[in-house]
Amino acid sequence: MTSPDVTEVNDVNGPESAGDPRANEAAGGAAGVAPVPAQEELAEASSAAGGGWSADGADGSGAVTDHSRAQLEDEAIALPSGGEKAEKATRAHRARSFEVSDFERPSTKMEEWRFTPLRVMAPLFEDAATDVRGEDDHPVMYEVETPAEIAVGTLAPGEAPRGTALVPESLVSAVASERCADALHLKAAKNTEIAEPARVAVAGQGADRRGNAHIVLETEESSVATFVVHHTGSAQFAENVELIVGANSQMTVIALQDWDDDALHIATHHAKLGRDARLKHIVVSLGGRAVRVDVIGELVEPGAEIENLGLYFADADQYLEHRLFVDHAAPRCTSNSTYKGALQGKGARSVWVGDVLIRKEAEGTNTYELNRNLVLTEGARADSVPNLEIETGEIEGAGHAAATGRFDDEQLFYLRARGIPEIEARRLVVRGFFAELIQQIDVPEIREHLSDAIEAELARSMN
Amino acid sequence: MSILEIRDLHATVETPEGTKEILKGVDLTIKAGETHAIMGPNGSGKSTLAYAIAGHPKYEITSGSVTLDGQDVLEMSVDERARAGIFLAMQYPVEVPGVSVSNFLRTAKTAVSGEAPALRTWVKDVRSAMDELKMDPVFAERNVNEGFSGGEKKRHEILQMELLKPSIAILDETDSGLDVDALRVVSEGVNRAKERTDLGIMLITHYTRILNYIKPDFVHVFVNGKVAEQGGPELAERLEAEGYERFLEGAK
Repeated sequence: MTSPDVTEVNDVNGPESAGDPRANEAAGGAAGVAPVPAQEELAEASSAAGGGWSADGADGSGAVTDHSRAQLEDEAIALPSGGEKAEKATRAHRARSFEVSDFERPSTKMEEWRFTPLRVMAPLFEDAATDVRGEDDHPVMYEVETPAEIAVGTLAPGEAPRGTALVPESLVSAVASERCADALHLKAAKNTEIAEPARVAVAGQGADRRGNAHIVLETEESSVATFVVHHTGSAQFAENVELIVGANSQMTVIALQDWDDDALHIATHHAKLGRDARLKHIVVSLGGRAVRVDVIGELVEPGAEIENLGLYFADADQYLEHRLFVDHAAPRCTSNSTYKGALQGKGARSVWVGDVLIRKEAEGTNTYELNRNLVLTEGARADSVPNLEIETGEIEGAGHAAATGRFDDEQLFYLRARGIPEIEARRLVVRGFFAELIQQIDVPEIREHLSDAIEAELARSMN
Repeated sequence: MSILEIRDLHATVETPEGTKEILKGVDLTIKAGETHAIMGPNGSGKSTLAYAIAGHPKYEITSGSVTLDGQDVLEMSVDERARAGIFLAMQYPVEVPGVSVSNFLRTAKTAVSGEAPALRTWVKDVRSAMDELKMDPVFAERNVNEGFSGGEKKRHEILQMELLKPSIAILDETDSGLDVDALRVVSEGVNRAKERTDLGIMLITHYTRILNYIKPDFVHVFVNGKVAEQGGPELAERLEAEGYERFLEGAK
């Protein structure tokens, strides 16, 4: 970064974009250490900018613009003050409110909406009630299947712990909150360890029907629990998932977007972690016409840890967006984010934005985020925007890497030169691409479901 | 008795400066059990010949023929060529993240032989082949070529050759960058395959060193896209003494 005069966070964070036939790769920082071996295409990639880095040195604290843990301490660079303006631009200052009227309707001029297809998503920007057409005729049917140790209840707006972690940051989230009178509340009590996952099956009943939901998942102190939220069918679905991760507890959340082709879905997952708490958050987006999942994690007590994992597969004319925000606001917290996506078909589109904020008080932070995209066919496009704001020099490590590559013809040639037919060679490569993520999903049936789903996606493109 | 026949082969490649002819009429016949060393200076088209036979899409065949036991190789897809019995040991093997060596080998073997190998004998075959190539068993669980050293990559290529049992193997500069120990291990693998399966070998090399370990029956000097001279092993000795100068002069 030759010009460290960073003022506007949003302006310096050029998106890492790629449609075919370009492939590009960017690792955080100007030094541009390629996290995977450079491919031939890399040399000619026109947009291989150094990813988004910004530093907010308003109070003169050291801001670090390096990308790899190993080099970090050696290369810490103090940047000049960004001043008042930078303070305002930081990700942390996005407005939060329960009032729908506090939010403007999304427009492409707003940073947080600049990629989203607003016309397609338009129905979700209406302040509309849940489309109930009769006592048993809801737009979305819920089936809750929980182990006996999980307490199941409902929470009205304002009824704690609802609203203690999630305060809406967007119009859609505010509407979902206001329009959901009874939030589903699943809770693991203090000191209980629950092996069996609690499952919430969400089945959309029609692409023309609006649903609003708020779900509160809670692990009390020193408890262990896994929650699966599985979306199928079709709907126009505005959803909040509030995660209250108590001190020293371990929560795993798996959110599956297995929608039909015409579903619209905007979800906000918002987690707050207690001291020494651990959250493993997994997002899998395969279906839907347009899906956007925002994942916000607040590390507000020391020693907490977030692991964000994501896997997506976009087909022709499908839009999948994932936006992460990890807020390091306490010392010695750790966050790791790994999102991987494959795209195939004309008009397949994915967006990944990863914001990490390391506040002044978050000394000893360790964070890394990675996004990889594999573009399988022509006509698909993936955007990848990692952002890192650092307000203290006293950190363990901070880094990011983002890469979007075309399906590698040399890999294909290598496998085929061993007699492996093209279809099978493609399968091997894609399976391999996702393997490290799938291995980290601790629920076997979901691992299998995913493997099958990826096979099915591939079969679609190769017939 | 397999026989690979290359007749008047011409091939071009697209470059930023336009279409460039690299192969300019190659004639070569390789029979089962024979080892042919293809030697030549950098840029003479040796590797292009290897990739053209294997079917790399980068090269366009503009005229000539390649047949394996009378069958038209040029009409086959890349994987069909491999299943027909042609193997290319690559100079720069490609990484395939997330795909383990054992999975890769089994998938390739299944593809080449048309049925999955019997599990028990297959595991044993892989283990003993790795053992002979002095490869650690944990190698099988690593991802294909990911983080492999130069020597490991070449051993892995020869391992595949030994397990897939092709009738004709093209070794593209398999010796480049290997230390003496690795070169010996790799060469022994090639010699074993030749003994056991009557393999026909096209050994492409820039250096004469490997010929101390793998004895060629024929030596072809490759210059400017075609075979400039051929002879027996004594030709390699002459090249060792005189270099390629004489042929480069002639090519001008």
